[in-house]
Amino acid sequence: MALDKITQITGRGVYVPGDDTDTDRIIPARFMKCVTFDGLGEYAYYDERRADDGTDKSHPLNDPRFFGARFLLSGSNFGCGSSREHAPQALYRFGFRAVLAESFAEIFFGNSTTLGMPCAVMAAGDLRALAGLIEEDPALLITLDLLEGKVTAADVDFPATLPDHAREALVSGKWDAIADLLEGLPDVERVAATLPYFA
Amino acid sequence: MKETLLDKVWAAHTVRELPNGSTQLLIGTHLIHEVTSPQAFGMLRDLGLKVKFPQRTFATVDHIVPTDEREEPFSDQLADEMIKALRANCREAGITFFDLPTGHQGIVHIVGPEQGITQPGTTIACGDSHTSTHGAFGAIAFGIGTSQVRDVLATQTMAIRKPKVRRINVDGKLSPGVYAKDVILHIIRRLGVNGGIGFAYEYGGSTFDAFTQEERMTVCNMSIEGGARVGYVNPDKTTFDYLQGRRYAPQGAAWEKALTRWSAFASDAGVAYDDVVGFHAGEIAPTVTWGINPGQAIFIDERVPRPEDLAEKDRATAAEALAHMKLTPGQPIKGVPVDVAFLGSCTNARLSDLTEVARYVKGRTVRAGVKAIVVPGSQGVATLAEKMGIAEIFRAAGFEWRGAGCSMCLGMNPDKLVGDQLCASSSNRNFKGRQGSPTGRTVLMSPLMVAAAAITGEIADAREVFSIS
Ligand code: SF4
Repeated sequence: MALDKITQITGRGVYVPGDDTDTDRIIPARFMKCVTFDGLGEYAYYDERRADDGTDKSHPLNDPRFFGARFLLSGSNFGCGSSREHAPQALYRFGFRAVLAESFAEIFFGNSTTLGMPCAVMAAGDLRALAGLIEEDPALLITLDLLEGKVTAADVDFPATLPDHAREALVSGKWDAIADLLEGLPDVERVAATLPYFA
Repeated sequence: MKETLLDKVWAAHTVRELPNGSTQLLIGTHLIHEVTSPQAFGMLRDLGLKVKFPQRTFATVDHIVPTDEREEPFSDQLADEMIKALRANCREAGITFFDLPTGHQGIVHIVGPEQGITQPGTTIACGDSHTSTHGAFGAIAFGIGTSQVRDVLATQTMAIRKPKVRRINVDGKLSPGVYAKDVILHIIRRLGVNGGIGFAYEYGGSTFDAFTQEERMTVCNMSIEGGARVGYVNPDKTTFDYLQGRRYAPQGAAWEKALTRWSAFASDAGVAYDDVVGFHAGEIAPTVTWGINPGQAIFIDERVPRPEDLAEKDRATAAEALAHMKLTPGQPIKGVPVDVAFLGSCTNARLSDLTEVARYVKGRTVRAGVKAIVVPGSQGVATLAEKMGIAEIFRAAGFEWRGAGCSMCLGMNPDKLVGDQLCASSSNRNFKGRQGSPTGRTVLMSPLMVAAAAITGEIADAREVFSIS
């Protein structure tokens, strides 16, 4: 299974401030009633974006200036809460290709990596500075360089890092583990045979 | 070399190290439900792959099942589609499905232990973050995403990095009216909602030694709310006694052998942990949340915090929480009016939870205007509770007695909060919108505190309401 090597992502950004953004907020549970992930994009941040009567609330994702953004910027502990892959899937299908935040919840981070959507960690001050640049010029192009571990915008570099294993997986085109896992099948049988409860 | 239970279970299940430094880990038991599995089966089909070890996967249906009108087809067409998809996928792959008509359906984290599928020294994965519940048996159990559900179906393995281990000791005797739920809410309050990132929590100490198996499950269940994907308790006689005689537990000679094997998985005495934290049981009082994450919790006799009194980094979230919860900084949490009381979820809907609450609820009445519902965690729990007269005690007190499922824990079925209703809830998450209404408000607490709220119509101290001292 050949996957794209993800080394660089370029696009516009949008800043959705706040810490501890949980997966219930990224995609409310009632939209998880589906047997495929298709179409989840329109429900990203639904309750933050829409009032009870379905009309738009003021939210960065509803702001036409940021339509088409490929980078989502946020605060710390992003993606906490449930293990639902519906959350990164909704962001990906909304159009995001990378998330930049102060820190990430573990399961969300892993799920995103498996989708080929890097989650890079930036310092709080740098995130705010980058958000400021985007606010000034929503058309600003941002580039995340995974090899260099930095985000560049308007000629300014900000450190943006991923743990080695995730970065390596993305840049080598092995972000989806299934090919590696299938390769190990003979060993799987061997280890299973040593476990009494497997019989 | 001395090892932790995590080290030993990890070693026994390691297939190989992958090039990126993670482990290809064999998943002994794979649990699936209707919400996070259909897409995985779809991916499997797209790749032309089959389920590798169907006998090591077990399914049930919990999130979307209605708890009142359970006849099919369900009135919610999407829900109906989901149960049918799971049924078809299980039939095709030869996976055991604890379906509605079997009498064994229930919340996946209640069904596994109840059936004796959850066993010490095993690895358990499920597309659900509260899989940590199963750690109460000395298993390494964690939630996974849908792509990993696909991986486990196809290979019975997944790529995962070994966490560090933080030992959490709780010693001493809990005061009357204080429960396992208060212990874990207290731990999360103190260590923070992301304090456990990168760690597995090993719970121990004399309080845990004395806990029943079901109390241990309550604590392990909420490890993920503290940021720890894995939480476990070393297996002991309490664990073994719970498992003996259950449907999938080893029988006869195999049972004796299993005991020896299981005991050996416990962490070695004197092993070095990556971190150690300690609490005294006596310092813990009935705990309730006031905010929109499980770490925003206080003792029942404390006041709602003022953001300015909190650490700088917590202030913005606190202000957001107070606005959502419609609480005033500095007000007592006791006395806040309650619209709904929900007794259920994989944290607290086991037989022992219901039995304990029923003891106190007997002869009391739910306050007029409060909607109070009891949702047993499984059909097994429901049947026993009916037989023991517990269901009748709840009904007589004015609680609605429902069929088994996740229900109002996340509002994917018809049980939802309406508008900004405030719910006293025995579940595990108080995130905005969690209980089905974007403006709904959730206050997490122990099952007995939920009953106290139902009876008084406000957030109350169960010790006062039920004269516990
Ligand atoms: S009861 Fe709640 S937390 Fe538990 S599995 Fe169901 S939805 Fe998830």
